[in-house]
Amino acid sequence: MKNYLFELKEGLIISLKAIRSNKIRSVLTTLGIIIGVWAVVVMTMAIRGIDESFQTGVASLGSDNLYIDKWAWFDNDIPWWELRNRKNLEMDDFRRYVELAKLPLAAAPSAGTNRTIKYEDKSVEFVNIQGTTNQYINTTNLTFAQGRFFNELESKGGRQVCVLGSEVNNKLFPLGNGLGNNVKIGGRKFKVVGILEEQGSWVMGNWNPDNQVFIPIENIFRYFQSQRHRSITINVRAPNSQMVEAVKEEAIGIMRRVRGLKYDERNDFSINQQEGLLTNINQTIGVIQVAGLVITGLALFVGAIGIMNIMFVSVKERTREIGIRKAIGAKNRTILGQFISESAMLCLIGGFIGLFLAMITSMIIAQMDFPSKITPDSVILAIMVSLITGVLSGFAPAFTASKMDPVDSLRYE
Amino acid sequence: MNIITIEHIAKVYQVGMEEVHALRDVSLRIDKNEYVAIMGPSGSGKSTLMNMLGCLDTPTSGLYNFKDHNVSQMNDNELATIRNKEIGFVFQTFNLLPRSDALHNVELPLIYAGITSHERKERAAAALESVGLADRMHHKPNELSGGQRQRVAIARALVTNPSIILADEPTGNLDSKTGEDIMLLFNEIFEQGNTIILVTHEEYIAEHAARIIRLRDGLIESDENVSDRFIPGKKVSVD
Repeated sequence: MKNYLFELKEGLIISLKAIRSNKIRSVLTTLGIIIGVWAVVVMTMAIRGIDESFQTGVASLGSDNLYIDKWAWFDNDIPWWELRNRKNLEMDDFRRYVELAKLPLAAAPSAGTNRTIKYEDKSVEFVNIQGTTNQYINTTNLTFAQGRFFNELESKGGRQVCVLGSEVNNKLFPLGNGLGNNVKIGGRKFKVVGILEEQGSWVMGNWNPDNQVFIPIENIFRYFQSQRHRSITINVRAPNSQMVEAVKEEAIGIMRRVRGLKYDERNDFSINQQEGLLTNINQTIGVIQVAGLVITGLALFVGAIGIMNIMFVSVKERTREIGIRKAIGAKNRTILGQFISESAMLCLIGGFIGLFLAMITSMIIAQMDFPSKITPDSVILAIMVSLITGVLSGFAPAFTASKMDPVDSLRYE
Repeated sequence: MNIITIEHIAKVYQVGMEEVHALRDVSLRIDKNEYVAIMGPSGSGKSTLMNMLGCLDTPTSGLYNFKDHNVSQMNDNELATIRNKEIGFVFQTFNLLPRSDALHNVELPLIYAGITSHERKERAAAALESVGLADRMHHKPNELSGGQRQRVAIARALVTNPSIILADEPTGNLDSKTGEDIMLLFNEIFEQGNTIILVTHEEYIAEHAARIIRLRDGLIESDENVSDRFIPGKKVSVD
């Protein structure tokens, strides 16, 4: 064992010397590995960032939630036209559901629209305005930076009050003095009663609570969309995750009754769940991962071939050196180890350069509000990937070197 | 003491469709502290014999015993070990590692013998000193003259205290003055109790040896003891 360690150490010293004496060639050779490792690290970083963002997004919506809706979010078995021809879900449906349902912790209707929101000379276009009731806050995990959600009185009375998502707030009130001021949503005046904390679910886009504004649902019907043409969503929260299935079963029963369906008719509503959202997200991430894997794999493969090529050249060039080493007592495995460690070292150097570039990339990306950070495991990943690439691509040339005949290689010119 | 015993060894090379009999039937014994020159024209098989003696190659048939080891049956690794421990090579073209300094070149066999860095440095330095290169330790081969390079190679051959020194045309790439100096160095080494096998085709180089083996067409043509001849630098024993 000691002997192997000794040989490893000497092999490393010899390879370092060999690499140093061919600096330019070494750097050019490792370019493929540099790009490969860079891609591996940046990819894992990006995927983790996206994933984290989805997870926090979903968490902010609440994981024990059901959404009774005319539309199915993910169920593609039902043809689109059938979904479209379903009766709208109306406020009456919601009220009867609330009357009959015993299991939910909270239930709230919601209807959304996109409007421009203004404060003095600042405005944000195309903001997702969610009309709902005071119960809505109990169906989510949203937290407040300032103020509160609108109360029952404001909700029932259809008062012109609103709660701003953090990003909307930052754009309208960069100084943070929004609470109590009046903003204009689609030209109507609303008083800001609450501002949400940042939820940080960047990838959810318009569904990110940071980009949303909440107002009493009456206002949506009064100002923005007629109730008759607008289907609402019923947001239902189960008391805990074990109860989700029971709440769902109950909801199906109640909704069939409320909608007056006969026993042989299909449901004309869908019960959506975040589980669906999660599977959908995971599918997306899966696709990104596979694409990332293919790209990085390809880059590394090209890099590995470059290394293998230059190692073959190096072995050929140093045929005589190999002969000398063998004549004075180097064993086959010593020569094998020497060249494998040389190629591993080359790749490792490339790996560190790649890692360094990835760190710079991550800093640049972080400037653009994309969640990205280099974690210790991506460092380990980069090192392992380059080490393994080095050993694998160095093996064939090293094996050739180790099998060289000392007599022939000493005579090689 | 008997170091090398060769019995009826032959070596056949396959060159294309043709079989080349480099060595046909060679038997010889070399004892400790002998100074042997192997001579012969090109194609006589002297290089093949040298490779065989140096454990760089194994015979096609016949027996080769190095001390107690049966070399003819050895695999690559065992051959490498015996080369490392028992044989010191000196080549015509020096065969030094061009990118390493003299000290590291001399250290090399000790690395493969698994000797620690500190002891290696000491022994390599001592070997370089003994060939008169104490002040050239950190010079690379291209910073040394031909004679100095060959001295580094001799130091490398001596550093492991091998049983035999095998020199293949050691003066072939040197001018005659430097060549003579190198031969004097070999004489010194011989006098210290080492066994030297010299492969050459120059008569005046072979004259340094005490025994001359002549090869022709893969067979030993003559094997004569010439120790009564004048050996430069060697005290002639009077008895």
